[in-house]
Amino acid sequence: MAHRWTNTLTHADVTPRAAFLNRRQMMAGLAGVGLAGLARGASAQEALEPNTWEEITSYNNFYEFGTGKDDPVKYAGALTTEPWSVKIDGLVDNPGEYDFKDIMSEMTVEERIYRFRCVEAWSMVIPWNGFELADLLNMAGVQEGAKYVAFETAVRPDEMPGVRYPILDWPYREGLRLDEAMHPLTIMATGIYGRPIPNQNGAPLRLVVPWKYGFKSIKSIVRITLTDVEPPTSWNMSNPREYGFYSNVNPDVNHPRWSQASERQIGGGLFAKRIPTLMFNGYDKEVAGLYEGMDLSEYY
Amino acid sequence: MQRVNQILRRLPVWVVYVSGVLPAPWLFYQGLTGGLGVDPIEALEHQYGELALQLLIAVLAISPLRRFFGLNLLKFRRALGVLTFTYVALHLLVWLVLDVQVPSQIWADIVKRPYVTVGMAAFVLMLPLAVTSNNFSVRKLGPRWRSLQRLVFPAAILGGLHYVMLAKGFQVEPLVYLFVIIGLLMLRVPFPSLLTRLRQADSA
Repeated sequence: MAHRWTNTLTHADVTPRAAFLNRRQMMAGLAGVGLAGLARGASAQEALEPNTWEEITSYNNFYEFGTGKDDPVKYAGALTTEPWSVKIDGLVDNPGEYDFKDIMSEMTVEERIYRFRCVEAWSMVIPWNGFELADLLNMAGVQEGAKYVAFETAVRPDEMPGVRYPILDWPYREGLRLDEAMHPLTIMATGIYGRPIPNQNGAPLRLVVPWKYGFKSIKSIVRITLTDVEPPTSWNMSNPREYGFYSNVNPDVNHPRWSQASERQIGGGLFAKRIPTLMFNGYDKEVAGLYEGMDLSEYY
Repeated sequence: MQRVNQILRRLPVWVVYVSGVLPAPWLFYQGLTGGLGVDPIEALEHQYGELALQLLIAVLAISPLRRFFGLNLLKFRRALGVLTFTYVALHLLVWLVLDVQVPSQIWADIVKRPYVTVGMAAFVLMLPLAVTSNNFSVRKLGPRWRSLQRLVFPAAILGGLHYVMLAKGFQVEPLVYLFVIIGLLMLRVPFPSLLTRLRQADSA
């Protein structure tokens, strides 16, 4: 069952590619003749400016390919995504290796236009294509005692230059509480702008949890494990003081090294005005109930 | 080396100033026109900061290069020092005006975020060096000028540390900068005389 959730951002919010490019050229032109202030005013008015294909696919954090924002677009081409299979194991009725093509034949792909907020305090709006994680988990059959879902990214030193260095304890690991994983907002993305998801964005399938910091949305998944204990997660293992298991977007709980109160929208150019960060990245109506009674400064 | 030094002696210092300062407006122009990618603020901030570290390393390398290889670049040291400060100041300016933007947030960050504190401390240590980078100050301060200029050593360590502290995960590049800086400073420690003293202490 798909279509349980309706977008508040619609296609009308996605800037047409041509219009966006024109505006950028105009802004660049204005700035060039010393009217930068004008350009700045124009960009500040756009409260929610969705991003272009170029922006979404050229500015990525995917440390398996290097720590630079442009490393993934440069090196992720080497990743073999066909064939691809996902091992689903742990507390499930039907454990096993699931071929990506077989998964896709069972799932209903739909479009979700979500805000994307990185823990580094920048953000984008991305038109994903994907299916609800709940559908995949139900296909595998979640058993009674399962409380958490653990995810792992592929580790291929031949194809991923970054994993040759101990930047993190590879493989990249992420996890969700089962109710977070089953939430209709939580999707497995397989495309962007109706095109297959590029390798640098986590081909062939990645998690997208729009109310959490971007690093929770693990890319190029090869394993999903249902467990009854909170699974270890990469950034929490690397620096537990800075990155908690939950990592919900929260303007009131700062990262120890920088404020999370505001963010910079990618695409605003050199004079992009910071905008206030929204609680749960603007999805508080949908997800706040998941955390009722929890002290979010303790469970950050 | 003699020949290299002769050629260098004929190279006017203004060449270093001009070629050193050119990347600043060039990068800014690139940032305006999309040449720095989709997040030009972060890119410009990092590029200015990294250039400052590279120039700082060049400044610190001058005296070891002369001592160990006889390469004389002393005449360019002030220019490289002033350029280092210029890029540190530009890096700070981008951070203040384009990145953080909110004045109240700026002070909060300086006090609360250790990597910002360390970076600011390095900038403050470099201020008197920049102010006294002229012949008048050299004459006026006499031998005190030399000791004052030694502030570059702690400033360099803080600068390298600043880069290491802001990296996410274990990253090699910032550590390379810090190790090169520490290495160049170690070359200044008079180890041989320390060794002789130790030997003398042994035999005594």
